[in-house]
Amino acid sequence: MDDSLILQMREITKVFPGVRALDGVTLKVRRGEIHSICGENGAGKSTLMKVLSGVYPYGSYEGQIIYMGKEAMFKNIKESEHAGIVIIHQELTMIPELSIAENIFMGNEVVKNGLIDWDAARQRTVELLERVGLNLDPDTPIKNLGVGQQQLVEIAKALSKNVKLLILDEPTSALNEADSANLLELMRGLKSKDITCIMISHKLNEIAAISDAVTVIRDGRTVETYAVEAGHVDEDRIIRSMVGRSIENRYPAHEPHPGEVVFEVSGWRVEDPNIPGRMVCKDSSFFVRAGEIVGFAGLMGAGRTELMRSLFGHNYGIFRGGSIRLKGRELHIPTVSAAIEAGIAYVPEDRKTLGLNLIDNIRMTIVSANLKAILRGGLLDFDKELQAAEQHRESLKIKAHSVDVGVTTLSGGNQQKVVLGKWMFTEPEVLILDEPTRGIDVGAKYEIYRLIHELADLGKAVILVSSELPELLGMSDRIYTIFEGSITGVLDSKDADQEKLMRLMTNSSAAKPA
Amino acid sequence: MKQIKQVLGGELRKYTMVIALVALILIFHIASGGKMITPSNFQNLLSGNAYVLILAIGMLMVIVIGQIDLSVGSVSGFCGMVMALTATNLNWPWWAAVLCGLGIGVLIGAWQGFWVAKLGIPGFITTLGGMMIFRGGVIWISKSISVPAPAELKWFGAGYLPEWGPSFTGMNNSTLLLGIIAIAALAFMQLRKHKRTSELKGGNEPLWPVVTRIILGAVVIGYLTWLFGSGRPGTSFPIPGLILVILVIIYHTITQRTRFGRHIYAVGGNKSAAALSGVNVKKTYFLTMLNMSFLAALAGIMFVGRSTAAGPSDGNGWELDAIASVYIGGAAVSGGVGTIMATMVGGMVMAVLNSGLMLMGVGADKTQVIKGLVLLAAVAFDVYNKQPGHVSITKRLFSTKDSAAKEGSPAAKES
Repeated sequence: MDDSLILQMREITKVFPGVRALDGVTLKVRRGEIHSICGENGAGKSTLMKVLSGVYPYGSYEGQIIYMGKEAMFKNIKESEHAGIVIIHQELTMIPELSIAENIFMGNEVVKNGLIDWDAARQRTVELLERVGLNLDPDTPIKNLGVGQQQLVEIAKALSKNVKLLILDEPTSALNEADSANLLELMRGLKSKDITCIMISHKLNEIAAISDAVTVIRDGRTVETYAVEAGHVDEDRIIRSMVGRSIENRYPAHEPHPGEVVFEVSGWRVEDPNIPGRMVCKDSSFFVRAGEIVGFAGLMGAGRTELMRSLFGHNYGIFRGGSIRLKGRELHIPTVSAAIEAGIAYVPEDRKTLGLNLIDNIRMTIVSANLKAILRGGLLDFDKELQAAEQHRESLKIKAHSVDVGVTTLSGGNQQKVVLGKWMFTEPEVLILDEPTRGIDVGAKYEIYRLIHELADLGKAVILVSSELPELLGMSDRIYTIFEGSITGVLDSKDADQEKLMRLMTNSSAAKPA
Repeated sequence: MKQIKQVLGGELRKYTMVIALVALILIFHIASGGKMITPSNFQNLLSGNAYVLILAIGMLMVIVIGQIDLSVGSVSGFCGMVMALTATNLNWPWWAAVLCGLGIGVLIGAWQGFWVAKLGIPGFITTLGGMMIFRGGVIWISKSISVPAPAELKWFGAGYLPEWGPSFTGMNNSTLLLGIIAIAALAFMQLRKHKRTSELKGGNEPLWPVVTRIILGAVVIGYLTWLFGSGRPGTSFPIPGLILVILVIIYHTITQRTRFGRHIYAVGGNKSAAALSGVNVKKTYFLTMLNMSFLAALAGIMFVGRSTAAGPSDGNGWELDAIASVYIGGAAVSGGVGTIMATMVGGMVMAVLNSGLMLMGVGADKTQVIKGLVLLAAVAFDVYNKQPGHVSITKRLFSTKDSAAKEGSPAAKES
């Protein structure tokens, strides 16, 4: 047994219904190092960490976890935390109304004679906060802290549990540059105190700055692991490993016939509704031609969805300026219904929480964004509704024995077709598709791609937002890249490849407007 | 079985509560020695509960959008009192007083809708406040004293249709006319629907289920017509019942056949998805809350008419009866589910329980206990039905891919 290894994960396989999320992943982490894990969205990084921390209990996956020289069989988070493995999630999990001390000792309270010993808890909190470089009153409510400070409190909480292996899932995704630098500095400090860190990150510059080793995961498999010598990371190598997948013939052939520019956005600026002063869209400008499929690439949190939703009747964020022109005419669409009226459709990324009313059946869903079309004498006409639903069931090849079937009973692919049908029924000029193939199987994806092509051939302007670069390359005519709220570049898809895109998606300096 | 399904139109489950209601009526009829199914008892059942059922109409819509209104009893009492005071103390004509009461109801609704829709205060809290405010308000403006109501209002609260025409029919001819209109309307709508579906589907849909449905409906309506019309002279289908039926038709149409109705269900089912489909969520909240208070005012005024005076404690606890009716009718606490028709059945279950237990000489104390148990049983039955694993046979036939995949996953391990 190699004593320098704190953790070995061998041949980890985790299967979800219909998806092989992890397929024989191997991960070796040395004691006291900072180990970065990178990979595209959906590559399996988070799943791997959930296996490690017992969120997916022992027995629900295959393979072996050797931790501190022994096989680990965690049944839940409590057990893995007891062993010194603490995971800090992308979304912070503290309770905003409670104080720092209360949050740190949540579920792990200092008890004396059956009661919580708050004095001891406060004292220990102060010590812990010092260790992460915070000088705060332990009674301060969490909601009064900035995101960066909250992150540090999370780490202090981890330290309170006597952490030996700290897992940080995209720790800097919500932080500004100063806070990020601070956090990275702290991680270096932890390393010197013999705490091993695993960091999941998209940001290559950060990985380069602090990692001792990098493991790249792709499609649920380990691509490669290598040590980083003296702070030098070969970014190109990481990018190649992250995306290096052959594009098979998964995309139907299509001859684009782009026409005039129909949809034009300029100087679009949106502020985060929750964090004052943070801009989620910084002066974005782009255009789409009729019959053109335009892709939008960006990593998670880059602001793609935020941009699209704010364009769609200011559905997200606080509008701070910019204009939309449709067929040369400037649009004023401050509400979703005005946007629909104007001929814009937005198919949201999360069909279950944003796209569908899961109580409804197919026929009610299809007409739900355009009830006007089925009115007769001021009342809804169920015959028209039935006709519309049947027509879309046929043209979209929705597999259901009747349009009265509830949408929950459909497969993911068919649900997505219902959502598409709902938006096609609004007869839009511009269709914004946000992750239209997420969570659906390959066959259904192919059908969705065909539908997208048909829409483009009808002269619609199609915007395709996707986390899957091969999909963007296979489907789009042109691709814009977004990084931290800015459009960093635009490539013709014949000139683009995954590496070029990834570079633009991770590096703001490439083409940042001044 | 299949034929029964064809006649009733698919889902048999939605008739469970109707069957339960009929069973209850029959049981009480036997247990009370034949006092339940009599013209006068049915007339009383309807005119004595119309106000709660009217509240339940509004409450159904409020619950469908995922809110609740606890203030309806107080609002009813307040608006009834305003009406009585303007008529008696200010000597307004009765119709002006009624309009004033209804107007105050609309204003109160706008007030509550403002808090819920504009400020995002949960309906529970807004209307808990409203419950206190308007209960206090009634006592305040009435100085804790009952105020007599204009006599004309008695007709709205407890009146009967006029007698006319020949006596050989053996019943009240107004009621008979209503029954005939109802049967004709039923037949007309069923036939029109049949014609439309045949046209739409191309093929010839069988006519017999439609005919059976019309005959069945006609028998039921005919029987009820006879029951309501053959009471002692001077009685008929009660006016409050007629008002209720008209409101049910209007609101059934609103909820099922208008864009606003769809929006209510959309907002209650998935607020974010509704917003992304162009539904103005705030407006939907506002109008639904406003409508609730309007109906509360109407119910309050009808009640005052029935009892010939407005009292400071009118409307106490009505909200709970209305809410219970909605839930017994199968609405979901989480919103998005429920219909006016089912709510009316739920409300009638409560009313029949009240009346039946009273006929049997059960005291008000035990009646409360039994009503509470029935509410729990009805909702538990509904929840049980909806739980995975207890799915109905129809659902089992079309089990989702998900469950199939889960069963398959242990096998996948071996590969």
